[in-house]
Amino acid sequence: MSKPQGSNVKERAKSALKDEFLIDAVKFTTEKLKNGKKAATEEHGNWEEWRERGRLIRAHTISHLDYYLSKFIENARAQGVHVHFAPEAKDAARIAIEIAKHRGAKSVVKSKSMVSEEVHINEAFEELGIESIESDLGEYIIQLANEPPSHIIIPAIHKNRYQIADLLSKEAGETLPPETKILAGFARRKLRDKFLEADIGLTGCNFGIAETGSVVIFENEGNARMVSTVPKTQITLMGMERLIPSWDDLEVMATLLPRSATGQKLTVYMSGITGPRREHDGDGPEEMHIIIVDNGRSLQLGDPEFQELLNCIRCGACLNACPVYRHIGGHSYPGTYSGPIGAVLTPALNKNTQEWHDVANASSLCGACYEACPVKIPLHDMLVYLRNRKVERGYTASGEKMAMKGFKMLMGSHKLFRKAVKAGQIGQKLLVRDGYIRSQIGPLKGWTAYRHIPALPKRSFREQWPGLSAEIEKSIQPMSGEMELRMEEIVQARRKGGGHA
Amino acid sequence: MKVSLFITCISDALFPPIGEAMAGLLARYGIRLHFPEIQTCCGQPAFNSGYWDEARASAKTILEAFDDSDFVIVPSGSCTGMVHHYYPKLFENDAVLFEKSNRLKEKTYEFTQFLVQVLGVTDVGAYFPHKVTYHPSCHGSRLLGIKEEPMQLMSHVEGMEFVPLPYAEDCCGFGGTFAIKMSEISGAMVEEKSQHVLETEAEVLVGLDMGCLLNIGGNLKFHDKPVRVLHLAELLYEGVKNREQTAGV
Ligand code: SF4
Repeated sequence: MSKPQGSNVKERAKSALKDEFLIDAVKFTTEKLKNGKKAATEEHGNWEEWRERGRLIRAHTISHLDYYLSKFIENARAQGVHVHFAPEAKDAARIAIEIAKHRGAKSVVKSKSMVSEEVHINEAFEELGIESIESDLGEYIIQLANEPPSHIIIPAIHKNRYQIADLLSKEAGETLPPETKILAGFARRKLRDKFLEADIGLTGCNFGIAETGSVVIFENEGNARMVSTVPKTQITLMGMERLIPSWDDLEVMATLLPRSATGQKLTVYMSGITGPRREHDGDGPEEMHIIIVDNGRSLQLGDPEFQELLNCIRCGACLNACPVYRHIGGHSYPGTYSGPIGAVLTPALNKNTQEWHDVANASSLCGACYEACPVKIPLHDMLVYLRNRKVERGYTASGEKMAMKGFKMLMGSHKLFRKAVKAGQIGQKLLVRDGYIRSQIGPLKGWTAYRHIPALPKRSFREQWPGLSAEIEKSIQPMSGEMELRMEEIVQARRKGGGHA
Repeated sequence: MKVSLFITCISDALFPPIGEAMAGLLARYGIRLHFPEIQTCCGQPAFNSGYWDEARASAKTILEAFDDSDFVIVPSGSCTGMVHHYYPKLFENDAVLFEKSNRLKEKTYEFTQFLVQVLGVTDVGAYFPHKVTYHPSCHGSRLLGIKEEPMQLMSHVEGMEFVPLPYAEDCCGFGGTFAIKMSEISGAMVEEKSQHVLETEAEVLVGLDMGCLLNIGGNLKFHDKPVRVLHLAELLYEGVKNREQTAGV
């Protein structure tokens, strides 16, 4: 099986859960990345303070995004960069195509860029007969498989080395052994020719530095450096939120990003590109374009519940930490981005229309994503906010609406709640065997397919309480003076505005 | 000093011995637990599903029930987290209830937090001669930072052999309505969790949240595994009674 099938998250997840290769591959690598991150952050020390610093930088930039964008654009233009703005995905593709036509380009070589996936740039080039080749090894693999990336950082995370060897063997026209070195060697030779032929180099952008109009790219393979130096024309696609104010701020990001993404202390290559090739430069493109992509990002600005989404630095740590992602892989999610960030970003960028409504349900709200996030984005809260907006827009099923009406009525009154529990105690009798309900039918079958339910005891706690409290009264001991004082102090502190968090 | 019990709907209906254990343990420190009957549920099932209006109806019973309490104690990190993190949000457009939710937040403690942070008790004097493992529920440990408290309490239980749970911090897959809506994913998560519990060969699985324990315990039962599943309050209370019996109190 290559890609999980189904029209919604639940169905695709069901199909993915049956694909042992996929699950094993995803578990293996996320586990490795998670452990790497843990070791790297512990070794670095004061991680919580670094996270807070990162959050502050991102939050500050995003709340003054208009200012930093204009600074960035002004400074990039001063360096001779052509800066374009793409309100939507299709605009980004159109601008890139115009540049390609203008330069008479026949081939494009790309380094890793999630935004390019988001705006479907490869398809756009191919329609025009322009060859567009991925040069990041993982991206190259999934391009050969004709699949989208299933992880922000490790696009081919869902493939094991045997599957990768099959794909590359087909391309090589000979059988390659499933050994990472040999496979990578083949890809490198193959791609080197493409670098030399390509008319356009297309890159992504990890950070845009507003104070100088520079583009910063983090990578491990050196391919982005080739992409941005060999071809005569460079196009950089940048999400409009990717900015930071200064090179000083980059230090914090360079600390947070590689450690969170892969557990590396430093990324292998970090390139800072300020404008096209100058007279005395040894290499670099003659012409450089930056396409700044909005595509739903500006919708989050000023939204108190979702603005922080723009703080994301696309490290993928939330995917690696997520128990749901680990079980279903990235292709079960809709849209380009997967895992917890994708579950929020995809609906948010797409105006929360009904089409995307079920992805926010694919979370147990365990908060592992928040804990992993280097810039502290509360994704677990945002998932609840998405669900709330869905309810407000009336996208939920009528059965669920009814059930919630029932909840409101019962839980709004302790008398009704008590009666309902009583009714349950009596009504369950037919279903209970040895103290458990094991039936696999009815509205709870999702639950009972994996678990038995303990029967309701004959009397609830509130029914037992009068008798119980009289009984417990007998064992009441005197309170120690010290304890009493502590409690008094806490209550006093609260009155003065203190109290616990 | 009015110390009140917020029993939570799930323990009220399904696990009454937890309330008994809390009341019994606290009695030994001179606390007469008070139980306001008008409480129902913290509102999470509706809140987490996005039905905030419905959640408010339920949450209001909690605001009212504990309005005049000095301390509110909850046998659940998840319901405590709901009060702490989401009540102020839920009532942000109602000045009176917003104020009440902020006051409630200040005085609401998860059970082990109260024992350790407020009473300063880490050794309840329990004797529990069994092999025990512990699942730290996500909301308690991640959102409220309850990590040390249960460990301190357990480390003082005499006769108990503690076995750490592999991948303890992984979610068990409960997630309220998630377990029904995304049952296959939730099912895979709980299967994995049970597997880890079984690897420890513990006789008892203990935790601080009955939602998660209903989930893991239900799955263990489904596979007919004889692991006893207890809330930590129950374990401690049983341990205290064991000790008192052997001492002839
Ligand atoms: S949300 Fe946080 S953890 Fe997830 S990719 Fe973005 S920065 Fe990384």
